[in-house]
Amino acid sequence: MQYLLMIYVNEATRWGDEALVNSMRDKYATFTRDIIQSGEFKGGDGLLPSSTATTVRVRNGKPLLTDGPFAETREQLAGYYLIEAPNLDAATAIAARIPDAEGGAIEVRPIRQLQQEEVRQFGRAS
Amino acid sequence: MLATLIRLVGDFELAEEGMQDAFSAALERWPRSGIPANRRAWLVNTGRNKAVDRLRRKIVLRGKLKLVGAEAAIGLQPGIPAEETAPEEVEDDRLRLIFTCCHPALAMEARVALTLRVVCGLPTLVIAKAFLVSEETMAQRLVRAKAKIRDAGIPYEVPPRAILNERLSGVLAVIYLVFTEGYAPTTGDTPTRPELCEEAIRLGRLLDQLLSGEVEVEGLLALTLLHAARLAGRSDGAGDLLLLEEQDRGLWDRDRIAEGVVLLKRALSRPAPPGPYAVQAAIAALHAEAKSFAETDWAQIAGLYQVLVRLQPSPVVDLNAAAALSMVDGPGRALELIDALAARGGLDGYYPLPAARADLLRKLGRADEARAAYAEAIALVRVDAERRLLERRLASL
Repeated sequence: MQYLLMIYVNEATRWGDEALVNSMRDKYATFTRDIIQSGEFKGGDGLLPSSTATTVRVRNGKPLLTDGPFAETREQLAGYYLIEAPNLDAATAIAARIPDAEGGAIEVRPIRQLQQEEVRQFGRAS
Repeated sequence: MLATLIRLVGDFELAEEGMQDAFSAALERWPRSGIPANRRAWLVNTGRNKAVDRLRRKIVLRGKLKLVGAEAAIGLQPGIPAEETAPEEVEDDRLRLIFTCCHPALAMEARVALTLRVVCGLPTLVIAKAFLVSEETMAQRLVRAKAKIRDAGIPYEVPPRAILNERLSGVLAVIYLVFTEGYAPTTGDTPTRPELCEEAIRLGRLLDQLLSGEVEVEGLLALTLLHAARLAGRSDGAGDLLLLEEQDRGLWDRDRIAEGVVLLKRALSRPAPPGPYAVQAAIAALHAEAKSFAETDWAQIAGLYQVLVRLQPSPVVDLNAAAALSMVDGPGRALELIDALAARGGLDGYYPLPAARADLLRKLGRADEARAAYAEAIALVRVDAERRLLERRLASL
């Protein structure tokens, strides 16, 4: 199964401390390399801060642009990983290793499956 | 059996439907062709075939291509052999079922509903009544829980050793919640719901049978038995709650107390240190074995609460520890502790706090302050039986 791991952090505290930023960069490099080697990594990127976001809504055929993320929240989306994992426990174990899981939050969402993936989903549990 | 079928078929709903179909088939065929030597194997294999039939009908009706893959996967599963019924295999499947129903990715109320429905086999209507929601609401809760298991890929597994203890505490929390909802319901107007207590005990026994030698499993089972033993004395004939000191100890179930004490001793003899449930069971055992409120070993109970405070720090435990201490050190000291606790916050809106203050103020002869505290508690309480108890205490000042 594929899962999208969405990384949420409080931007104000996360990006304020240069030492933290540097140590996090190293941790992410290690983590990303590890899951690439294991074959679990299918994609992923860091995002620029939510202040760079633009939200698009189309109403009555008219696109409306607003500055900023779709909603003001205490924590903001900072990055994502797309991973391959056999089940939710494996996916949450990977999510727990993401450096920002400590202090932030990682939302783990299953990707809507193509039919080939369904065979694996119904496959034998241990 | 359902547990094994879920493993073979890979889906809760399909497995339940398959099992119902298998039972219908058995009722129809066995009177004619005789009861098979291995009934379980027959039922499980028939259940699996019926599940595949249902899946095929769904494919025909709705053209769902993804279900074709599912059918292929079920076909790949070996059936269970007709000759053997490996008890360890059955037990493994039942453990898988319990851990899956209590998975932390499910909301607590979903875990409780699913466990009662699928592990205990309670009908949806019975569970709905126990938690005072409509049958439709409970049915929806179950549907959503099973959908989450399926869609998010919650594995049908006993957790690996490394996380087993952590997951086990989740299972115990579900059982404990079912028990306390029966012992001291949070809604409605019955003072207790013994049938929920019985289900919790049944679950505890099953878990103890499947996972023997676990301190906290034995501890929780002992705790629930010791509390349940006192249910008959907890309310009077009119459905009103009685204080522990008012209860007729002759109504307590001595057999259950004996059983609870045996289990507690077993738990305390394990190499692993006792956890919160075992300690609470030890406190319950001291109450259960005391001939009267006055003759209770309060010093030991107070000591055990200090252990509990360390093991399971929480404002509620602190409050109970202070109440126990009042029986040893007197009401004045306990009142200081409780006032300090109230000042820290964390128990706002929790009626047992002003209720405890009221009882201590009463003992100290400060009647006006006691009245105010009872009034504060009454304003917070939500359960009728508990409010009537507090009103009675207020009136008796």
